[in-house]
Amino acid sequence: MSTSQIEFHRVSFRYSDDQPWVLDDVSFTINKDEWVAIIGHNGSGKSTMAKLMNGLLMPDKGDIIVDGIKVTQKSIWEVRQKVGMVFQNPDNQFVGTTVRDDVAFGLENRGIKREQMLRRIEESLKAVRMSDYLLHEPHRLSGGQKQRVAIAGVLAIAPDVMILDEATSMLDPKGRKEILHTINEVKQLNKLNLITITHDLNEIIATDRVIVMNRGQVWLETTPRELFSDEQKLLEIGLDVPFVAKLANQLKDLAIEIKPQPLNQKELLDALWTLYFNK
Amino acid sequence: MSSKIIIGQYVPSNSVIHRLDPRVKLVTVFLFVIFVFFANNTLSYGWLSVFAITSALLTKINLKYIIRGLTPIWFLVIFTFLLHLFVTHEGQILFQIFGLPIYSGALIQGGAISLRFFLLILMTSLMTLTTTPIEITDAIELLLHPLKKIKFPVHELALMMSISLRFIPTLMQETEKISKAQASRGVDFKTGPLKERIQAVVPLLIPLFVGAFKRAEELAMAMEARGYQGGEGRTKLRELSIRRLDWSAMLVFLVVIIGLFLFRQ
Repeated sequence: MSTSQIEFHRVSFRYSDDQPWVLDDVSFTINKDEWVAIIGHNGSGKSTMAKLMNGLLMPDKGDIIVDGIKVTQKSIWEVRQKVGMVFQNPDNQFVGTTVRDDVAFGLENRGIKREQMLRRIEESLKAVRMSDYLLHEPHRLSGGQKQRVAIAGVLAIAPDVMILDEATSMLDPKGRKEILHTINEVKQLNKLNLITITHDLNEIIATDRVIVMNRGQVWLETTPRELFSDEQKLLEIGLDVPFVAKLANQLKDLAIEIKPQPLNQKELLDALWTLYFNK
Repeated sequence: MSSKIIIGQYVPSNSVIHRLDPRVKLVTVFLFVIFVFFANNTLSYGWLSVFAITSALLTKINLKYIIRGLTPIWFLVIFTFLLHLFVTHEGQILFQIFGLPIYSGALIQGGAISLRFFLLILMTSLMTLTTTPIEITDAIELLLHPLKKIKFPVHELALMMSISLRFIPTLMQETEKISKAQASRGVDFKTGPLKERIQAVVPLLIPLFVGAFKRAEELAMAMEARGYQGGEGRTKLRELSIRRLDWSAMLVFLVVIIGLFLFRQ
């Protein structure tokens, strides 16, 4: 068994022949069990990459390999069994008339038996803490709750990879927090490849690796820690670092070096305490 | 606000009628609509009325609520009655109104037609009062299933119906949002001559349609991503099963039909 889950080999893509390339000669590998963030500002091609990963779009040039299978028109159903996706708009991906029916949708499509379906629905709703809302209609749920149901719908089909395509960008701060919490929990409980696509750098803090996209090309592959230490570079392509990183970077300018680069408030606070005691 | 949106006129309860399989209800109402036309004397009309009113009582829904639900059609019932009253010229002349003779046959004819009309509407509304739209959709899908043999897109039809049901509240919320947004820009929906008010709806409808198309496209993409590839090889979560209660209901209805043919002339 190879360790790679998703491979892009010199992939190029554009929406039609007379339009510019959205992705231009992109290559990278995502390993099994890795949590990878793909970031970039609007129009950098990051959402297109997600749609290429499960065959919603087909590359014009190059190959995409998912778990050893090349993505082609013939293999898309096999690939979609392995790759689940949560989209941006909470309303427009809710197919069922109730929470239960919606989680069932993916299972129904795969012809899974009813008894098994009921069990999987229960399990996956429990994982996102939505069990109490089994028979609720979508218009009685908040945006965050709808996205949690969407995550449950993906978990129910037990894929190897879950792609979150700007899944939090249409939510209020509370809903966003809810989803990030759910994702962290889900990641801990399941053996799952996570791919977070976002332009909010707060969401990449817990990830293992970051791929930065700019103008349809891989601009940088790095870790969140390293990424945050180079604020200037990020500003160049129109991305803003989180507050903690900003503070640490400005302290560095004042010759107060904090090592390693803090990812969250706790790390920064601990570092500051250490600094204070060592003075 | 949004939690109050109720689609159709379903009244939740756990009555016998509510628990009946929607297929049984659908077929019964359909047959009733046909058999109502076979009633032709007091006894047969009375017999069908007893059946309809007993069913209404069995739903355990407040009768006042049912009657109020029928208000829009009272007008039609009365109109039908009056029409027959003045147009039919059978039997004896009973009395005259404004110089127009009223015949005894007209009174009977008018009464019978209005009653028939009333029974039809009562039975169909009992169906929608006790069955959720999604149950009706499931029932239609299963009942039309044999039509698959002649390539009739039964599954697609049912899916379309259930998706429309799911998006009705969403689109209603959106309509409200857009109308508020347009009102804040000075569009007046409530006053002015009719022509202007109709024109005011245009800036409401266009964004609504544009939004609906965008939703449809995203929904189609999400459905595909979740492995939707048509009705072939699909299983279903929602199951309908004919139980003892349903058999008894069918038996009762059979007795009603037999009775009808015994009582009619």
